[in-house]
Amino acid sequence: MSRSGFKELAIAACLAILAGFVPLVFNNYWLSISVTAMMYIALCTSWVMFSGPTHYISLASGAFFGIGGYLVATGMSDYQMSFWLMAGISALVATILAGLIGAATLRLSGVYFVIFTLGLAEMIRNLVSWVQNNFLGSRGLYVLTDFTEAHIYWMLLVLAAAAYFLGWYINRSRLGFALRIIGNDETVARHVGINTATAKIVLFMTTGFFGALVGAVIAPRYSYIEPNQVFSPELSFMVVIMALLGGAGRLWGPIVGVIPFTLVWEYVSLQFPNQTTMFIGLIFLLIVFVLPNGIVGRLEQVAVKIRQGGH
Amino acid sequence: MDILVSGLLLAGTYALMALGLNLQYGVARIMNLANGEMLVLGALAAFWLYINAQVSPLLTVVMVGPIAFIGNWLIYRFLLVPLVKRSKNQGQLEVDSILATFGMSFFIVGIMVSIEGGFFAYKYLSETISILGSTSSLNRLAAFLLAVVIGGSLYLWLNRTRTGVAVRAVSVSTEAAGLVGIDVPKMSALAFALGGAVTSMGGSLISTFYTLDASVGVIFTMKALIIVIMGGVGDVRGTIVAAIILGIVETAVATLVDPGLTLASAYFIFLLILLFRPQGLFGRRTA
Repeated sequence: MSRSGFKELAIAACLAILAGFVPLVFNNYWLSISVTAMMYIALCTSWVMFSGPTHYISLASGAFFGIGGYLVATGMSDYQMSFWLMAGISALVATILAGLIGAATLRLSGVYFVIFTLGLAEMIRNLVSWVQNNFLGSRGLYVLTDFTEAHIYWMLLVLAAAAYFLGWYINRSRLGFALRIIGNDETVARHVGINTATAKIVLFMTTGFFGALVGAVIAPRYSYIEPNQVFSPELSFMVVIMALLGGAGRLWGPIVGVIPFTLVWEYVSLQFPNQTTMFIGLIFLLIVFVLPNGIVGRLEQVAVKIRQGGH
Repeated sequence: MDILVSGLLLAGTYALMALGLNLQYGVARIMNLANGEMLVLGALAAFWLYINAQVSPLLTVVMVGPIAFIGNWLIYRFLLVPLVKRSKNQGQLEVDSILATFGMSFFIVGIMVSIEGGFFAYKYLSETISILGSTSSLNRLAAFLLAVVIGGSLYLWLNRTRTGVAVRAVSVSTEAAGLVGIDVPKMSALAFALGGAVTSMGGSLISTFYTLDASVGVIFTMKALIIVIMGGVGDVRGTIVAAIILGIVETAVATLVDPGLTLASAYFIFLLILLFRPQGLFGRRTA
């Protein structure tokens, strides 16, 4: 078990190093798609860390991502702060916010948590627009850096790798073991003396941390930021879809989900720009009815069958 | 006073959509996150028929009811029953139904956008009237009265008829209801279909005084959920009280602070409920 864990990590490291060469090989069009894919890989990996073992569907990614983008933009535009400082602050803010949300909802049943996160991005967007319009004066925010697409890509790759490594580490720790018990049966978990609320809250905070950092890192790509654009509820759903499509049962599931989905999405939004919402709906239904454990789950099923057939 | 009157009038339609969701979640045990889209579908029907055929929205309400009933029954029968059968426990069903209804909500939004991409704006009974010294409009009053009629008949049906009692029994305990000879799957399907119908009728009503668009459903889902949790799952009376509270608080925030903050005020209420009475206003605490 422990050896195969390290093997998995070694494969992931090789993949990450290979992925590092992407900006050197690809042209601008493919690089831009790769940036989007890498952004979702980082977001989905940190999503799976929490939602995979606990089965709690978090729709807060859009909110954390927005905090990252918005705080970087406000800080750089209005207060002449450095990008790095603001990225750090935004990660801190999102982590604290995740802690508060977790403290309010994760002690109760999972439905409350889903509901709370469902409207979260929209609500923060309303609050931020209100503050912006009434107290700060409504003007656009600029994020001007000398980062190129390749720099952004590498930063996202580092974040994705960090999220993966943390997830791998947690999986092997007492906390990860506790979370798997919670996911299987929360009552049992409580009876064997696991502080279920704390374990869930801590893990949810890491999702907030990575969400904000990804939002901060990607902000220079857009250079002009509006609250309406960064606090996007759609993003939360995209993260859920890609993570579940790959399979939330494995930490590397998202990678399997993100890459095909990004490519198909690129095609669909070019060819059928008006049918994208319907397409998202169909993919959700496909996941629930055909791939309840994602592509990874289906592959593992097939693998088991082949092995049994060989005997 | 103005706030109380218009808050109360708004609460009428809020109560309808929340009653619909409460039937679906409380009885059929399906957390329907496409509830808001059912509401917007009702609104779209009212708008479309009024613009293209001059059908009175109040007449549309009557037509939307049975159609939505059949539609929701089909959804339950063919999309959700397989999930109910597959799930090993309530938690699994919750996750599956949440994801499946997300899928439905996106799909419905997609269809609605292709019918009407803009705002569902039309004028119907928009004369101003005066109620208890504060001005309002006729359509708000008409919508409120119809909501009271629909909600009232639902309440009577649940409390005074044999089927209604059976439905409530399922909401208390599926196992116990099955033991006393109630056809649980049938009652669940009925409750789900009825819930969808009530929500859609609420949508047709709200469209007379509130401008909607195809993508606004999720906001209403959110509000309906907050009302249901505040009032207590499976509790009709609690739902109505909670709808009135939300209607008035929202109107107060919209008039006194900023109309853009209605969702934030709903969240504030939600947070208070979660912190102090997670079992709902009238709910009893379970161990």
